[in-house]
Amino acid sequence: MAQIFHRSTNFISRFSVFSFLFIVGFAILAVLAAARSPYLTRQNITREQPVQFSHKHHVGDDGIDCRYCHTSVETSAFAGIPPTKTCMNCHSVLFNNAGYLEPVRDSYRDDKSIQWVKIHRLADFAYFNHSIHVNKGVGCSTCHGPVDQMPLVFQANTLLMQWCLDCHRNPEAVLREKPEDVYNMNWKPPDNQEEIGKRLAQERHIRTTAELTSCSTCHR
Amino acid sequence: MSDLAQAGNKDDRPAPDEPFDNASSAHRPLDLAAVRARLQSKTGKHYWRTLEELAGDPDFEELLHREFPRQAPSEWDDSVDRRDFLRLMAASLALAGLSGCGRAPEQYIVPYVKQPDGVVPGKPQFYATAMPFGADAIGLLVESHEGRPTKVEGNPDHPSSLGATNAFAQASILNLYDPDRAQTVTKAGEIQTWSQFLDAAQALASTLRATRGEGLRILTGIVNSPTLAADLQNILTLYPLAKWHQWEPAVGDGTREGAKLAFGSYVNTVYRPENAEVILSIDSDFLASGPGNVRYMRDFYKRRKLNQHAEADRSGNEMSRLYVVEPTPSVTGSSADHRLPLRSAEIELFARALAAKLGLGGTGKLAPDAEKWLDAVVKDLKKYPRRTLVVAGEQQPAEAHALVHAINAALGNVGTTLYYTEPVEANPVNHLDSLSELSADIDAGKVSALLILGVNPVYTAPHDFYFASKLRFDEKLKGKKVETVIHVGPHFDETAQYCDWHVAESHYLETWGDARAFDGTVSVIQPLIAPLYRTHSVHEVLAAFTDKPGLSSYDAVRERLKAANPTGDFEKFWRKTLNDGVVAGTAFAPANVSLKFNPASLPPAKESSAGELEFLFRPDPSIYDGRFANNGWLQELPKPVTKLTWDNAALVSPKTAQDLKLTHSIPSRGGEHGQILSDVVDISLSGSKVTAAAWILPGQAENVVVLPLGYGRKKAGYTGTNKGFNAYAVRSSNALWAANAPRSVIRKTGDDYPLACTQYHFNMEGRHILVSGTLDEYRKNPNFVHELQQAPPKELSLYNGEAEFPYNRDKWAMAIDLNSCNGCNACVIACQAENNIAVVGKDQVMRGREMHWIRIDRYYTNSVSATSGKSTGDPSEYQPALDHPDTFFQPVPCQQCENAPCEQVCPVGATVHSAEGLNDMVYNRCVGTRYCSNNCPYKVRRFNFLRFQDWETPQFKLMRNPEVTVRSRGVMEKCTYCTQRINNARIEAEKKNEPIADGAMVTACEQACPAQAIVFGNANDPNSRVSKLRLQLRNYQIMPELNSRPRTTYLAAVRNPNPELENP
Repeated sequence: MAQIFHRSTNFISRFSVFSFLFIVGFAILAVLAAARSPYLTRQNITREQPVQFSHKHHVGDDGIDCRYCHTSVETSAFAGIPPTKTCMNCHSVLFNNAGYLEPVRDSYRDDKSIQWVKIHRLADFAYFNHSIHVNKGVGCSTCHGPVDQMPLVFQANTLLMQWCLDCHRNPEAVLREKPEDVYNMNWKPPDNQEEIGKRLAQERHIRTTAELTSCSTCHR
Repeated sequence: MSDLAQAGNKDDRPAPDEPFDNASSAHRPLDLAAVRARLQSKTGKHYWRTLEELAGDPDFEELLHREFPRQAPSEWDDSVDRRDFLRLMAASLALAGLSGCGRAPEQYIVPYVKQPDGVVPGKPQFYATAMPFGADAIGLLVESHEGRPTKVEGNPDHPSSLGATNAFAQASILNLYDPDRAQTVTKAGEIQTWSQFLDAAQALASTLRATRGEGLRILTGIVNSPTLAADLQNILTLYPLAKWHQWEPAVGDGTREGAKLAFGSYVNTVYRPENAEVILSIDSDFLASGPGNVRYMRDFYKRRKLNQHAEADRSGNEMSRLYVVEPTPSVTGSSADHRLPLRSAEIELFARALAAKLGLGGTGKLAPDAEKWLDAVVKDLKKYPRRTLVVAGEQQPAEAHALVHAINAALGNVGTTLYYTEPVEANPVNHLDSLSELSADIDAGKVSALLILGVNPVYTAPHDFYFASKLRFDEKLKGKKVETVIHVGPHFDETAQYCDWHVAESHYLETWGDARAFDGTVSVIQPLIAPLYRTHSVHEVLAAFTDKPGLSSYDAVRERLKAANPTGDFEKFWRKTLNDGVVAGTAFAPANVSLKFNPASLPPAKESSAGELEFLFRPDPSIYDGRFANNGWLQELPKPVTKLTWDNAALVSPKTAQDLKLTHSIPSRGGEHGQILSDVVDISLSGSKVTAAAWILPGQAENVVVLPLGYGRKKAGYTGTNKGFNAYAVRSSNALWAANAPRSVIRKTGDDYPLACTQYHFNMEGRHILVSGTLDEYRKNPNFVHELQQAPPKELSLYNGEAEFPYNRDKWAMAIDLNSCNGCNACVIACQAENNIAVVGKDQVMRGREMHWIRIDRYYTNSVSATSGKSTGDPSEYQPALDHPDTFFQPVPCQQCENAPCEQVCPVGATVHSAEGLNDMVYNRCVGTRYCSNNCPYKVRRFNFLRFQDWETPQFKLMRNPEVTVRSRGVMEKCTYCTQRINNARIEAEKKNEPIADGAMVTACEQACPAQAIVFGNANDPNSRVSKLRLQLRNYQIMPELNSRPRTTYLAAVRNPNPELENP
């Protein structure tokens, strides 16, 4: 009886079994990679805002403290987006004819809020609290990056759960000693950060890794 | 052999063509005679929750054991076959998977333009206000998130709250966001503007002024607002011929008229139950309804706490004793030490007999059993001169109230356990007379303009007034009896549809106002939010008829307060008042009133024939007189004693049910055992008929049928319309609270009606869940609780709980004192509001899918002290365990086990242990396998079988607590010990580098509990309140033999029965 299949079928069948495994594996990797890609996390992507507000200018050039605008960062879960009134404190006098500030003046005049595009967006089931991080000595730039060099703010980190946990497992690496350093955009960990961090964690009663990584610490 | 064979067959699937209902014989109706026969052979103490359980019906037990039905109908009972189902599932899975891959849509941050003073975004604020309710107001602190009120808490500085609330106050937040509220002014159904209404009102006012107000009538409920009273007085001065009528459907005139009979004038009675050694309630539910109930609960339960050693109680803090005589089990009666079920008519005789026994004259003839009971009570009352308290119920007639005033005076209680003040109501009148006069005037054509302020007489007036016919077009007259009718109310309700004008009324959280509490204390009602719709307050409506139309409620309240406090810096006073929530120094001083009443002078009581049925009308414990009918939280709240939801039912005792051949059956639906098919009866009273489902209620007096008011509404809104039956339809003016009628008026229709009862699922199947004893037992053997239980040694465990979790800092724990719980339900609604818990609807409750994180189980047990009431001496006809059981309540939230069975079985790690010992429930990990729920021995986990949350209605978005995730379909949830509150308390403490102080972290249920039965805290801190309670000998765990080691523990219930009344 003549052979039904040609000899090359052996190779094709072996190859297709092998490549099927390969393709499935690749697909899984692709999905995982996509979830971590800046396309989905929006890391390093700037977005257009209703007003071309430059943190580089206000923080980097003018040296305005973070807390001038983000007033509730030390007391509340939410750092606070400044009301239009805060803008107008200066801009009723400075650049009060500038065209690109028209939306700010409109907002103030018409009593209509400016709608800012939200850059740092956590999942709805994650409850982040700014005040406790700031009070324990975690600096703004640790999570938000060099905001003083950003003409338009972008998300400097992934904000993935893995990234949160990196720090919750080892907070000592980022604790800053001096309270004023928390708002310092140029802070770099000193050489003996490990030693300082351990001491600070003890002094400030930073919780254990088990406590900081309990689900209910962030999810409710 | 046959037993075994049957047991083996139980799991066999029935033949495919066999109809589902025949798969089990549990559809058989309940046979009460068989229950009695079975009880005769039963000895010893046993606890039971449902009649089927008591009966030991094997079919019912089998039903409980099967979590899933043998041939489960599909979720929707529709005809999607397996192939279609798989096809749909595959498609939806693919689509769901794909949609999860996209980018999240853009979100916006919208800051203020000018941030208001004091607002810190992300931090809630609390404002003091008060909820007016009848002749009382509960002082509140309301939580506001960026201007949205989300949660009601009690105001610790307010006398009627002291920091606690009740279920009504907790649920009132849902009334604010009720999407079915009336939203604008209408005239004959057409939308009008407020200024059009003002113009019309002014035009009407000028014609009325010409006739000095002739034909103007105003109808209100109880008015305890000084400002509203001043407004009304102002109207009566402007229009001297106008009349003000009042009608409050669920508050009896007996309280008012009784005081008048006893003292010659209306007075208000304030109780001090904390000073009383012996309390006798004569059909009074003073712990759960009526003015001051939240406060009385706190004061009463102060005397029911037990310290570690019973010895300590002997020195000064002897446990008080509560006797209750009542026709139908109430919250108060269910937590009494002794309870005597008597027909309402006999209760007045009881009061007469008590007065006679105290030497006040008069006579009262009682049945021998009741006589014996009364003798023991009298002896007990006499033992503590000046330190006893007798309370009469709101539904009792004036005679009973007058007798109770005389009895309290004779016992010397005035001044110690109660005091009298001037009335809290601005204008106390006999409401029935007032409404009769109004209806007679309308019929006589004397009324040309009628203002109905916040009441719904078409629904609530006695049916023989035919109130609707007074408002609507009259065929004979070819016109209307009343030219202009203006209705002010929160809903476009039964009354509004017949009125010319309807003004949507603002919620109390939307407008300024004031109200007096039960002791006279005035609170300013402070709004938390501007009106959501075009609504207005009654003050504004009344001002429209004066020379100041358009006067705001704010100005009205301020002006009134300014006039009352002319001296000093008013602004400072005003701000302090708003901050404190009470106007300082406005509580009424005790008044000296002299008794002008001689019990002997009472005319002899009406004889009622024993064979007749007595029909009683009572406000519903959940939706009251019907005003909360559209409140889904309250509709789904299991009623304290019956545990029914979404319906009312004609309540009858087991004996009466047997006589009337009423029963119910449970259709087999496998794990879904919340549906009870109850017999339907027609009830014809005073020429009117109503069709109701019957419900057998142990502990009710014989030959009594209770018809709860508030249901059967025709225009209540989406949630409240056409639920239950309308008891107002058979309530006539000559029998407002009790109607006697021969047995023939009640007739079985042969139909049955599905009722949703929550006591048929989450059963604990005979295990020792609830532990109770008497004070004597406790004194003799304080360790009695633990003799019933045996906990295995810690080492005997496969879990390595504590090695893994050292609980270094906080170790959260909860202790629930069953001695202080009377099942009032405040905690259930508080939890629902705090944790965004969904309402599921009657159909889902019948499948056992209600979502309450804390359930309150009601247990019956054979009474240690039952007198047999109507005993015929034949045990086959009367068993205390069935006809007169003791009742206990047990709240069951998640037990937060240290060796949690749920954690071990979750395949995706969605429920895991936290380092503080919480069983964290992680919604975003949950895939809905329900293994955890299956493995939970306490049945406290709740699964979102469907998407129960309403995500579309914009009002509900405002209402939700932003601190808690809103769960979706397919996700398990359960009590978290209010982990959001723990987190916030921890963050606040850690910012100060301090430990969390005891009491800085309270759970929502603990905060709401008026009896302080729930205590939460850190078990690692030996000085915390919860640690001290956990050291008490009464402290026990549920099912310790499982070694799950729950963090929630219970303190055994200890009752204080009178040894003289105890049966051997």
